[in-house]
Amino acid sequence: MHSFAYRANALVTFSLTILGMICAMASFSDNFNVPSPTAQVEVLNVNWFKKLANGNDEVSLTLNISADLQSLFTWNTKQVFVFLAAEYQTLQNSLNQVSLWDGIIPAKENAKFWIKIPNEYRFVDQGSNLRGKEFNLTLHWHVMPKTGKMIADKIVMSGYRLPEEYR
Amino acid sequence: MRSGVMDWQGQKLSEMLMQIMLVVHALVAFVAGYTFSSFQMMLQIFAGGVLLTTLVTVPDWPWYNRHPLKWLDPAEAEKHPKPEPPVSKKKTSKHH
Repeated sequence: MHSFAYRANALVTFSLTILGMICAMASFSDNFNVPSPTAQVEVLNVNWFKKLANGNDEVSLTLNISADLQSLFTWNTKQVFVFLAAEYQTLQNSLNQVSLWDGIIPAKENAKFWIKIPNEYRFVDQGSNLRGKEFNLTLHWHVMPKTGKMIADKIVMSGYRLPEEYR
Repeated sequence: MRSGVMDWQGQKLSEMLMQIMLVVHALVAFVAGYTFSSFQMMLQIFAGGVLLTTLVTVPDWPWYNRHPLKWLDPAEAEKHPKPEPPVSKKKTSKHH
């Protein structure tokens, strides 16, 4: 009854239970981290702005994105997924969300960055509502932990406006 | 072959040691991992603890066999024979 195999089985079972518990504790310890991320986005240029053949507006922007997301990283963080979305309201949709750029930050050392790029994904409206439109640029992020639940948050930057005329 | 069967007190001791060692290693692993901000360090320390605990508590080490059971001498047992099971009267009457 109390043999080699019995003791090995009891040990494996108990050690896996405890492994689960220390992982849960690691996940809980994330609550003690109060992050203070910062982000600034500048629209450097409106490269072109036109109405597509199907009647939808499309604009191409050159963006200058700088952010410091280092405080999001804890010892339980695997990576951070970050994306920049243009958000605005139209008559049809109370919230339009157009992703312009995204990235995966693999480590804390890469979490303070600065890039200057044209929008990576197309900024196309569902309709022709972009002329003179005020919009927000929102930096969203998802903190992916090694164990436990994913944390999502964002920084909203407002006060951007598209030109009145196509160009 | 004994196939790793330890005496009663040895069984109790090995199980207690197994639980205490695993919990202590888990606590050390968590504190070290949190202090040095390294999840990997936590896992490595705990894995080391599991390995060490396996070596200490799973094989049938001599220190788990310090209280062997004292069986009765066969001659002693013969002097006190096992009582015969009582013969049921109903059963015998059935055959008549």
